[in-house]
Amino acid sequence: MKAAVVVFPGSNREHDVAKALERASGSAPKLIWHGDAGLDDKYDLIVLPGGFSYGDYLRCGAMAAHSPITRDIIRQASSGTPVLGICNGFQILTETGLLPGALMRNASLKFASRYVTMRVEATNTMFTSRYKAGQELSVPVAHGDGNYFADDETLDRLEDEGRVAFRYVKGQNPNGASRDIAGILNAKRNVLGLMPHPENATDPLLGSTDGKALFDSLASAIS
Amino acid sequence: MKARVTVMLKSGVLDPQGKAIEHALNRLGFSGVSDVRQGKVIELDCAETDQKKLHSQLAEMCEKLLANTVIENYAIEIRPS
Repeated sequence: MKAAVVVFPGSNREHDVAKALERASGSAPKLIWHGDAGLDDKYDLIVLPGGFSYGDYLRCGAMAAHSPITRDIIRQASSGTPVLGICNGFQILTETGLLPGALMRNASLKFASRYVTMRVEATNTMFTSRYKAGQELSVPVAHGDGNYFADDETLDRLEDEGRVAFRYVKGQNPNGASRDIAGILNAKRNVLGLMPHPENATDPLLGSTDGKALFDSLASAIS
Repeated sequence: MKARVTVMLKSGVLDPQGKAIEHALNRLGFSGVSDVRQGKVIELDCAETDQKKLHSQLAEMCEKLLANTVIENYAIEIRPS
């Protein structure tokens, strides 16, 4: 697997996700600074890691969504390259329009940093094939703006097309997200965005290994 | 020319910050305050001197960056300097 992890000023989970990918696939992804010469076509997975790109100025992910390297990401996502956006990466993906909807301030107005339980809703994806349908995962969240919003028409379409990948189980929604949505796919199912951090649930030392299968799924789909 | 863009959450989109401000105002004794909404004001100094052209430029800026039209509306004011 040749994976690229794109690093913006303020990204902070790039090493966590790089480690999780390396463990699953046996090869270390390349960390690519946003300002370096673009993103060529040689990568078979692009990851947008968690963090606070550009200090969350204007809106979370808004500045990164217009960074020159993001034009390459949009082009490659559109031609089918798998793209994974975690937390701030998910926010960036909605700001670029690669994923529908928006991530708003948590309904509680509080930063949520804890383990939550989410359910796997879609297993027919390259990101989730190693999970069982309905499997419940213990994963950490760490965000202030994870309140997924989309109009009812968009939400219905996501549900009808099986594009809700992960959903917080009842009573575990940390941010007020519409229909308890934790992660969604694009129509072609090659772009996944999610607020929880599966990369931080890949070692018993971290309290959970439930995120591991996501990276195993990717490694077996791409290899 | 100077321009001012106001970005507000669309009505119907929950604004928890507005709600928190409203509760705080009520607690301070300002009763009769409701539907408090919080938004952003962005001021710009623009070289364009044609009001119509500037307006369409600003609208494009809003659509592309200044507002997220999934959740936000924007209003443009232009003040000839």
